[in-house]
Amino acid sequence: MLSISREDVEYVAALARLELTEQETQEYTEQLNSILGYAAMLERLDTNDVVPTAHAVPLHNVLREDQVRPSINHEKALRNAPDGEEGFFRVPKISLT
Amino acid sequence: MESVSIGKSISELHELLVHKDISSTELTKAYIKRIQSVDPTLQAYLTVLEEGALAQAAEVDQKIAQGQALKPLEGIPMALKDNMCTEGIRTSCASKMLDKFVPPYNATVTERLRAAGTILLGKLNMDEFAMGSSTENSYFAKTRNPWNLECVPGGSSGGSAVAVAGDEAAFTLGSDTGGSIRQPAAFCGVVGMKPTYGAVSRLGLIAFASSLDQIGPFTKTVKDNALVMNAIAGYDPQDSTSVPYETPDYTKFLVNDIKGLKIGIPREYFGEGIEPEVAKGIQAGIQTLIDLGAEVGECSLPHTEYAIPAYYLIATAEASSNLARYDGVRYGYRADSNDVLGMFKKTRAEGFGQEVKRRIMLGTYALSSGYYDAYYLKAQKVRTLIKQDFDKAFETFDVLLSPTAPTPAFKFGEKSADPLAMYLSDITTVPINLAGIPAISVPAGFVNGLPIGMQLMGKAFGEGSLYRIAYTFEQNTNYHTLKPNLSGEVLTGGSR
Repeated sequence: MLSISREDVEYVAALARLELTEQETQEYTEQLNSILGYAAMLERLDTNDVVPTAHAVPLHNVLREDQVRPSINHEKALRNAPDGEEGFFRVPKISLT
Repeated sequence: MESVSIGKSISELHELLVHKDISSTELTKAYIKRIQSVDPTLQAYLTVLEEGALAQAAEVDQKIAQGQALKPLEGIPMALKDNMCTEGIRTSCASKMLDKFVPPYNATVTERLRAAGTILLGKLNMDEFAMGSSTENSYFAKTRNPWNLECVPGGSSGGSAVAVAGDEAAFTLGSDTGGSIRQPAAFCGVVGMKPTYGAVSRLGLIAFASSLDQIGPFTKTVKDNALVMNAIAGYDPQDSTSVPYETPDYTKFLVNDIKGLKIGIPREYFGEGIEPEVAKGIQAGIQTLIDLGAEVGECSLPHTEYAIPAYYLIATAEASSNLARYDGVRYGYRADSNDVLGMFKKTRAEGFGQEVKRRIMLGTYALSSGYYDAYYLKAQKVRTLIKQDFDKAFETFDVLLSPTAPTPAFKFGEKSADPLAMYLSDITTVPINLAGIPAISVPAGFVNGLPIGMQLMGKAFGEGSLYRIAYTFEQNTNYHTLKPNLSGEVLTGGSR
């Protein structure tokens, strides 16, 4: 399997929305290589004809009647928001650059 | 009366309450006093709810005064791992990210235990977001093993195991994604059950890896464990992965008889990495079961060695997706920044600890374009092979048996520097979560003064067979009656 470069780690951190310090970038590069190097043992298994398992106890199409039921009220649902105003979440400006 | 009541089993406490030998208020006060006395050392609790607990106890005492019948768990003080939502009570997941999070609703288990009349003493320490095997990853506190304060309690439900072992609650709940109930139960000398996936509702359990997470009880005895399962198990229409099934009365399986039951010993669980003294202790336990009439035979789960990489790819992939919700917008920690993308990145950088970030990185990588087939899909296929190993073994055997963990509790810092070494210590527990089957850890002896656990694995929804063997083993051994000696206090458990 390919080894993981520093650039790979920076790319994945960007995907995961994580700002990493220089030290973290170095550490994670080493550790991901070590962990995924170990995981390379999976290549030894021929799994061409094996169906993947997403859930150990498969349930399909869990449906219910579409009935109106009470839910958590607006004020309560927003109570944990770090910043809000008039029933909305407030966030810093969304820059498109 | 108060001081001698703590440390008793749920069923004993129930008798005391029914016969008015003690009130629920007195019992609750005794536990709070105990917490105040030992928790500065053990640090199992993140939140103690003295006022709320006493108010709940007063309600139960009123029922007793009115001559109403008591349910089996009514008036019994307990505590929850801090990843189970409690309305109006902080639920932190032991993370800076959720330091100030106060859920607007209850987890289904919280509701069910409330309906059962239990007293909620508080919320328990854990590895941050349940990621870890030692509880060292908590943002808040270092929980200590009551048998040796230099050792970890196991994890991720370390606080849940220690609260029971240290007599700080009559029972607790934990969650188990790759061993997080069974391994700390083994390290702390208590009984811990990971039920079948889908047997206990996950609604309100803060998600780590949704296809693997399952809630279960920590107790002093097997009977207590069955009593708690009776209260929490069963279909929940609000959890789409909850399985509709007829919940049995788990106490019906508590018979002191295992004659003719077929127990398989998977040889891979006694091989490389298993400390010889631990294997020896479990062999002695197997002999006890043979003497009691069980039919024991060797078997093989040939894909066991692949379980660790498959588990860590699947669990981290699911975690990276589940933890994407922590963005500083709707709840949880938020870092300051001029623009929203910077806010997301800084919030997650500052709000998550090292292990959580490492797993998000690993999971994001395994799911990223170009690597999905090689890692995530491959791991899911290997999961199928691991499940098939179990299916095959259960064609011959009713239950499988192994050590719960390869070693007894290890020292603080011993494995925290090397993530892979920490992951490898989960080899005896993660295959069970991948297969979705139930497994229980029961006290099975001591190695160097530290408890070891025997793990019994069953067929899906076969908790009954596990309880039957565990109960029989317990009735014919005395490990569960031994208690750690904390701060010089004399605590004998002989009353069981």
